[in-house]
Amino acid sequence: MNAIDIHRKLEENAGLLIFGILLVSAIGGLVQILPSIFQETVEPTAETRPYTAAELLGRDIYIREGCSTCHSQQVRPLLAEVIRYEAPAHAGESVYDRPFLWGSKRTGPDLSRVGEKYTDEWQRIHLINPRAVVPKSIMPAYPWLERRRANAGKDVHLRMKALQRLGHPYTNEEIERAATEVAGMTELDAIVAYLQSLKIDTSVDPSEGGH
Amino acid sequence: MKILSSGTYSDRLVSYSVIFSLIWSILGMAAGVYVALELVIPTIDFGQEWLSYGRLRTLHTNAVIFGFGVTALMGTAFYSVQRTCHVELFSPRLAWFCIIAWQFTVLLGGISLLAGWNAGKEYAELEWPIDILIAVIWVCFGVVFFGTIAKRKVKPIYVSNWFYGALIIVIAMLHIVNSLAIPVTISKSYSLFAGAQDAVVQWWYGHNAVGFLLTGGFLGMLYYFLPKQADRPIWSYRLSIIAFWAFTYSYIWAGPHHLHYNAIPDWVQTLGMVMSIILLAPSWATMVNAVMTVSGAPQKLKTDHSLKFIVLALAFYGLATFEGPMMAIKSVNAVSHFTDWTVGHVHSGALGWNALITFGTFYFLVPRLFNTQLYSKRLADIHFWLAIAGTMLYILAMWGAGISQGLLWLALGDLGELSYGFREIMASMQPYYILRVIAGLVFLSGAVIMIYNFFRTIAGRKTATVQIPAPSIAPEQPVAT
Repeated sequence: MNAIDIHRKLEENAGLLIFGILLVSAIGGLVQILPSIFQETVEPTAETRPYTAAELLGRDIYIREGCSTCHSQQVRPLLAEVIRYEAPAHAGESVYDRPFLWGSKRTGPDLSRVGEKYTDEWQRIHLINPRAVVPKSIMPAYPWLERRRANAGKDVHLRMKALQRLGHPYTNEEIERAATEVAGMTELDAIVAYLQSLKIDTSVDPSEGGH
Repeated sequence: MKILSSGTYSDRLVSYSVIFSLIWSILGMAAGVYVALELVIPTIDFGQEWLSYGRLRTLHTNAVIFGFGVTALMGTAFYSVQRTCHVELFSPRLAWFCIIAWQFTVLLGGISLLAGWNAGKEYAELEWPIDILIAVIWVCFGVVFFGTIAKRKVKPIYVSNWFYGALIIVIAMLHIVNSLAIPVTISKSYSLFAGAQDAVVQWWYGHNAVGFLLTGGFLGMLYYFLPKQADRPIWSYRLSIIAFWAFTYSYIWAGPHHLHYNAIPDWVQTLGMVMSIILLAPSWATMVNAVMTVSGAPQKLKTDHSLKFIVLALAFYGLATFEGPMMAIKSVNAVSHFTDWTVGHVHSGALGWNALITFGTFYFLVPRLFNTQLYSKRLADIHFWLAIAGTMLYILAMWGAGISQGLLWLALGDLGELSYGFREIMASMQPYYILRVIAGLVFLSGAVIMIYNFFRTIAGRKTATVQIPAPSIAPEQPVAT
């Protein structure tokens, strides 16, 4: 029985064809994904900690506004890139990132090391009207961030609880405290807090490379 | 409904899916042109959240992929599976449900994106309630499709059905795994995967959504409508078998090329690169097979507008499936990653391959579904040239932008200092971005002309009833009938 005859069986039996497609298409994914789940557990780097309540709300606003469609958060271990953005990314820095925000397009600059490069005030002005500080910027303005409460949905503790269930080391006190911590904060305050938290982990030896 | 179940094909739902798909194509591409214009004149969002680039660009990709693309795939799968199996659809009611529920889901999804519901994963931005709707409809799609195959009257399962089948099975697997998340509120959830692991899962999904939806699904379309329109059998049926299994096996491995030089293990990147290059073989095997099939009908190619679109789509398919493996080589990727080159590559596939083959298929389907002649061949010709011009301009603009961006970012002076500031490079992209807006407008205007042409073709007409051939004329050999 040659290969074409064997294939005739697949062609004439829908169940076998479905099974064949499932089997053949699953192999690659299993080989690449399973090790990352079961073997190579990524440890957080020394300075990597879960986001504070304000930073978390800010990060979720960053996701909501689709910031990652234009900003990467991934410094590649290439000479020019390291000079431009300092240390290359380390997998351990992203362990509390759900989802990851490395991005696939860099229309605007990489933001993974933007923290404390600019003052809070600069960031606020820039978000409300980017062209006030960067004349040729093509970034959208986000005037509404300033008008809204960061915890308007009163769900910051729920967000942290969900992450706690996923293994983020929040204490119950931190979760209880969260709502008071962010009370009165606008969305603008929260996203600035998040941006300022994106910093180089000085505990990582840069010569280690990407991972 | 009763008329549909008496020995005729269920074609009315195909007509509707063609119309829905066309509506999404205009909405999705118009959103695309608008976001392209926002990168030239950033203030045209007028300070409105829902017009903001980050939200509207996401709407653009979702409307074209899930609205235009998937609706076209559903409709053409339902059309061709009946004709290759010589039976009516298994449960036309469920098929109607798929088509209609899908439109509502894409619409809801689009509104939710504009409202800021965003799961943050590329091409999987829709939040968990909509993800569940998608999964349910997808399973129904599978039931209708495989149910029809199960009751077929033609023994061999024709090759177009393997590709549509792979689309249904693999996309279900990818969608369910990648969308796993813990819901917090109706509009917010957190991915079950974090950081580097999330990245690997996401690009396993993202790359193979391109693979099995935008490539595989549309190859199903190609394998039915190309031989049908060229009036020739597939050049080598054996080659189609080999190419199918090689494609299904190797595509799934290539995802990590989206994460070159990112913080994932080196072996995963290298494997992704090698498999991406290997992928060139099955991709081009299919192209050669299709080109050889058409080459038997050179006369038709001069006069038949549907075939012209399909063959042009094949050319762009060949270009994109060559460019992809090249960009997956790490040293090329060092330049191309994060740049507009990637955007150009996506559009040589999305405009050149997906949109053109769908247009070609619709030029074939619309007159047949309504048992009439196309209103104007001249308008179809004009559309053809606008489509080529728009696609070429788009690709050229993004090559220019992407390659210069990539090289300027990496340029170092004699003393090892950066040659150019980021802002300088960003500002120098403007001419390319303006060119892209023009390219998008040219392509979109072609599509508008097509829709006008179709509107005049079908106005006042109903979907024709087509009898299912009697079993005696059902062919033994697999051919597109």
